[in-house]
Amino acid sequence: MIHEITTTPAQKDGVLIQIEHLTKVYQLGEVDVHALRGVSVNVLRGEFVAIMGASGSGKSTFMNILGCLDKPSKGNYFLEGIDVSKLTRDELAAIRNLKIGFVFQGFNLLSRTSALENVELPLFYCSISNKLRKSKGMAALDRVGLGDRVHHYPNQLSGGQQQRVAIARALVNDPSIILADEPTGNLDSRTSVEVMGIFQELNNNGITVILVTHEPDVAQFAKRHIVFRDGKIKSDKFNLSPKVASEVLKELPMIDEEEAA
Amino acid sequence: MKILNILLSAFRALLRNKMRSFLTMLGIIIGVGAVITMLAIGQGAEFSVKQQIAALGTNVLMVFPGAQQQAGVRTAAGSAVTLTEDDALAIIRECPAVRYLSPGSNAGGQVIAGNLNWSTGIQGVGSDYLEIRQWPVEYGEFFTDQDVKAAAKVCVLGRTVADNLFPETSAVDQTVRIRNVPFKVVGVLTKKGQNTNGQDQDDLIIAPYTTVIRRLTHWPNLRSIIMSATSMNDMTTAQKQVSEVLRMRHKIQPYDADDFTVRNQTDLAATATATTDVLTILLASIASVSLLVGGIGIMNIMLVSVTERTREIGIRMSIGARSRDILTQFLIEALVLSLLGGITGIILGTVGSSVISSIAKWPTIITPFSVVLSFGFSIAIGIFFGFYPARKAAMLNPIDALRYE
Ligand SMILES: Nc1ncnc2c1ncn2[C@@H]1O[C@H](COP(=O)(O)OP(=O)(O)OP(=O)(O)O)[C@@H](O)[C@H]1O
Ligand SMILES: [Mg+2]
Repeated sequence: MIHEITTTPAQKDGVLIQIEHLTKVYQLGEVDVHALRGVSVNVLRGEFVAIMGASGSGKSTFMNILGCLDKPSKGNYFLEGIDVSKLTRDELAAIRNLKIGFVFQGFNLLSRTSALENVELPLFYCSISNKLRKSKGMAALDRVGLGDRVHHYPNQLSGGQQQRVAIARALVNDPSIILADEPTGNLDSRTSVEVMGIFQELNNNGITVILVTHEPDVAQFAKRHIVFRDGKIKSDKFNLSPKVASEVLKELPMIDEEEAA
Repeated sequence: MKILNILLSAFRALLRNKMRSFLTMLGIIIGVGAVITMLAIGQGAEFSVKQQIAALGTNVLMVFPGAQQQAGVRTAAGSAVTLTEDDALAIIRECPAVRYLSPGSNAGGQVIAGNLNWSTGIQGVGSDYLEIRQWPVEYGEFFTDQDVKAAAKVCVLGRTVADNLFPETSAVDQTVRIRNVPFKVVGVLTKKGQNTNGQDQDDLIIAPYTTVIRRLTHWPNLRSIIMSATSMNDMTTAQKQVSEVLRMRHKIQPYDADDFTVRNQTDLAATATATTDVLTILLASIASVSLLVGGIGIMNIMLVSVTERTREIGIRMSIGARSRDILTQFLIEALVLSLLGGITGIILGTVGSSVISSIAKWPTIITPFSVVLSFGFSIAIGIFFGFYPARKAAMLNPIDALRYE
């Protein structure tokens, strides 16, 4: 399946994420756990990166630092040229609110809170009128194809639908980066492709996407593959011919058709 | 985050745990309700004390034998100190500021009428007594000065005594036997009701003091002298004149203390209000303890809630909530709890007070002060006990909160 233009990083404007010698050590009593042992990498605006690697290789640790949820033990992290380590709690909160959309493996939706309210949540923490907040929330849900599930609670939604709500929440504030830690980890293969389709579409609209995945199939939709091993980057390659989710989807048989056969 | 949105989400969070929110509020409801009720009882007592003292007449003076002691209204009469009939006559003769005067002597005992009997107090007074007390006779009439001078065996009954001894017939012109001495009933007094100590003021018999002294107590001296000044403004003058006359008659040297006590209604009022103030404070402090316990309940629930909702806090932080957003969120939740509890408590306290009023026949008054006080107190409790859990939530690290199991 060959598809649209794949841009090489050098062609895009500017470095979005600049990571230098990042280490993360967790102290578990007497034992030091080295989750990251010197990671250096640059990500440019508009890239679509898949991070892979064995369990425990430090992918989530890395993503949490990228998402300003955690701090590195050592090393530098520049986001759009700003040294993140110099920022206050509130400034970090503002970055999480405005620049970054985080999608978690476990969805992390507020329970007993409707899909729309979950999606609107980031907008509560920035000054925006209630009316605009509602319309943005609706628009984000429409974008992930859940315009008809606005008032459902998370426990009334399927896993794939919940993940799409989480994605809608991540993109509601028009972030420049979407970080997704195993977004398809709990989804069947067809739903995974659907979710990847959403990421691809966002990426086509200029949003930088970085996602963690165990599945090579899923990684095929990304333009760049970074593989972690033991807290270090083992390989970093461009995927010059990523698959296009919308096309893959057309060829995938519907589950119930399969059963009927 | 806008305050209205915070309020809305606080309400929603509390509604998600209706039962728990209600039980938490119950602590505050009971606390505030108790404070309101207790203050209402205390203030009701104070009000009725003042009212009854005012009803006694504000220009009334009393003299008791014995030196003045601190706050006590009447102290035990010293054995050597006396107040005599002549003292009383001298006062009325020599004090222009004194209008009416009645010597007082009293006895207690069994009163018999036909086959009914009743045990009560017998007050010996002068013919002007009812003038001073502003206490009209309902049936019959009061005894005269002649009766007093002649130590006539006549008496006037309080309503309670009349009702008990003569349940079916009119008491007037009947005979009652007090300690076996027959007295002719010449009148029945109007009903006065209870005084602030809950005593029935109508449970008494009034007779000429001369008769009481000669027939009942067999002790010539007076227990008290009650009098009224010519006007309220003359109270101080009257008090001074009475003191001078008595000091002269008792031959007290200029540097010696009085051997009698002159009291006026203002003193009585001050003493009585001081007592009810103590009562109010005591009741309110007991009630405050339950309010405090309610506050600790709020803290407890908020702490549980913070722990239980650590992941929620993590999620909110991961999408951009600042520490202060989390702080206000939990603080507002605590405040909403305590405010709703406070308002319900005020309503409950108001209802409770009127129930107590109607059942115990005890006056209760809810002043704006006690409402404002308990309202302010519940806000303070919300902030005070909500702050610690809220701060605990706000200081969490986003990733730690997210990972919390
Ligand atoms: N909070 C923590 N405290 C102590 N050690 C931790 C903590 N979080 C992660 N680690 C350790 O750091 C290492 C990297 O963990 P990380 O979660 O980044 O792995 P991962 O690549 O995301 O794995 P997986 O694919 O299974 O999600 C692991 O050895 C893990 O045990
Ligand atoms: Mg992981």
